[in-house]
Amino acid sequence: MIINLPASQKVSLHWGKLNFDHTFYRPDFSFKIGNFEFKKNLDLRYGLDLAGGSSLLYDIDTTKVPSSDVSSALESLKGNIERRVNLFGISEANVKLTNSSGKNRLEIELPGVEDINQAMTLIGKTAQLSFRGEDTKVTESTTSATFAAAFPNDTGINGGHLVKSTVQINPNDSRPEVSIEFNSEGTKLFEKATKDYLNKRIAIFLDDIPVTYPTVQNVIPDGKAVINGQFDIKSAKELSAQLNAGALPLPITKLSQNTIGATLGKDTINKGIVAGLIGLIVLSLFMIGNYGFLGLISVLSLFIYGLLTLTIYRLIPITLTFPGIVGFILSIGMAVDSNILIFERFKEELRAGKPWNVAMELGFGKAWDSIKDANTCTIITGLILFNPFSWSFLNTSGMVRGFALTLILGIFISIFTGVFVTRNLLRVLAKKNNQL
Amino acid sequence: MNIMKFRPLFLFISLSLLSISAFSLIKWQFKLSSDFTGGSVWEVQFSKDVGRNEVEKIFKESNVSLRDFQLDNKKASLKFVNIDQNQKTTLDEKVKTLDSGYAELKYETVGPILGKELMQKTFVAIILSSLALLLFIGSKFKDFSFGISAVLAMLHDAFILLGAFSLLGHFFGAELDALFVTALLTTLSASVHDTVVTFDRIRELRQKNFKIDWESLANHAVSEVIVRSINNSMTIIFMLLSLVLLGGAITKWFSLALLIGVVCGTYSSTGVAIPLVLLFKRSKTNDKG
Repeated sequence: MIINLPASQKVSLHWGKLNFDHTFYRPDFSFKIGNFEFKKNLDLRYGLDLAGGSSLLYDIDTTKVPSSDVSSALESLKGNIERRVNLFGISEANVKLTNSSGKNRLEIELPGVEDINQAMTLIGKTAQLSFRGEDTKVTESTTSATFAAAFPNDTGINGGHLVKSTVQINPNDSRPEVSIEFNSEGTKLFEKATKDYLNKRIAIFLDDIPVTYPTVQNVIPDGKAVINGQFDIKSAKELSAQLNAGALPLPITKLSQNTIGATLGKDTINKGIVAGLIGLIVLSLFMIGNYGFLGLISVLSLFIYGLLTLTIYRLIPITLTFPGIVGFILSIGMAVDSNILIFERFKEELRAGKPWNVAMELGFGKAWDSIKDANTCTIITGLILFNPFSWSFLNTSGMVRGFALTLILGIFISIFTGVFVTRNLLRVLAKKNNQL
Repeated sequence: MNIMKFRPLFLFISLSLLSISAFSLIKWQFKLSSDFTGGSVWEVQFSKDVGRNEVEKIFKESNVSLRDFQLDNKKASLKFVNIDQNQKTTLDEKVKTLDSGYAELKYETVGPILGKELMQKTFVAIILSSLALLLFIGSKFKDFSFGISAVLAMLHDAFILLGAFSLLGHFFGAELDALFVTALLTTLSASVHDTVVTFDRIRELRQKNFKIDWESLANHAVSEVIVRSINNSMTIIFMLLSLVLLGGAITKWFSLALLIGVVCGTYSSTGVAIPLVLLFKRSKTNDKG
């Protein structure tokens, strides 16, 4: 149902129309939105369950890291994984750290990736930290040589040889520098490497990407080295975190994996569209059959509701998942509910012998209390599901939150269209009635 | 319209629904999906006809015990224990030799820890919603018997929905999954939504005429809002029914759960919440007398 609605340009046109009907809703504002829409190509975003793709959930073991370092270790882990995922060439990949009942989790969403084996191997491996010596022949003869070509000589030192890396301040010039410490095997290898490459450069590669390439100034026999250079505190910390992540990544274990083929998602969307449309048609017939002309007005405001909702989905933007669509459909039901409440009140007042427009205003006024209270209850439940503060004892899964978000948004928009739009449509028509 | 005279009937309906639910819950519990139990779900679309036995043989050779296997129109739905990536690769390769043109529709594997967490969190969410709604309705109507009645009616609906899914699971293989949790929580809000509208009418009528007794007040209010209640539920039912009948496989049970929840919610505001309020009010007057 959602996709069948007109493209974004048309949506903004309807915004204009909507404002034409009652000009006091700040036409300037909507004009801006109109412009904004034209500038941006706002496609609806589909979640993994509809567009196809894979999601992975990992448990992060932080027990081996002192508690003061956990948050920085988590950040560097996230950065590391992001780098790897990007290396794999996945656009719009999403790497998220979550906390569930005190346990740290890593959530990775890979849209469009159906063959997940390769991605998983890439994500799960430990970062490859390597120390490679410079080939001066290459660096002196050309200026545009690639890093890999300039540093072809592997010293045999890798991340496993690194014990830790910290940031310290050089007491002489009070500049930040990065210290590294090797284990016994690494110390031997490093001593040899510093002998071999004295006054030359050794580059440190993390997953084949050069991180730093300091010049060796002395032979270092004790396995404790200091990289100094043009660091500020931030870049020194970053380097240290990268080195640490390569050496000591937090161990992660896979908790769940979920792959949805694009065909299944398409199938869900298509069937959902058909079902939604038929439901809407029956609903419209029911409303018109029951309330006649009033019903027609409410179907019209329902249509505006649909377009408004879509515009907002595009603007925020909201990633549509299957439960999200159900939330949307449910909120349609609630939008109609406001109208039914009002119309029943309206009819009661008419029966009491009040004139048409008085009865209408009274109907809206009296129904408002019920609409407000009933929807507040739904919003309360919606907020508990949405869990806006990410409390770890509540649900943090994207699916449930997607549902809650569209439901909450739907309620607000439906109050707007069900009450204000319908009311103003009826007022305009009431005026005409009086003129006749 | 004297709807409240049907209170014994409502009591009978509610009690029978609750006891059927309780019976089914005790006897058959739920058919839990891998979201709760942990395990793997694999859906495969074959490009040609493959034999059931051949697929089963692959799993046997790979030492992966199948829990459930459905083959329908070249589409296989397989459920088995939690396996690691190497085992999955082996399965992939073996299926490929059987049919090189197969397509993976869905593969999902969940560790058992997540299921436990999901249950705990759902429980917390229900408790939290109940408390929040109790406070909101109680303070809104300045009368906690309203809040308690609304929340009890809501829990009544939730329990019946759980029971219904226990039955559906036993007879039709419906599974409780993470989506069901969402449906359950929506039922809670839909149920209260309806109840609040009726309560609101009682409050309004009471302001108009303070001397009228609670029972006629309730009757008056219910007969005034019942058309709206039914009409409103009808609209939601249209949307959901079309999703149940026409929607995809994932949609079906989820929409059905919502449908049961909505129908229950409409019934319970008149059939459970209002009679409960009357019960509270009567015991209060009795105390005074």
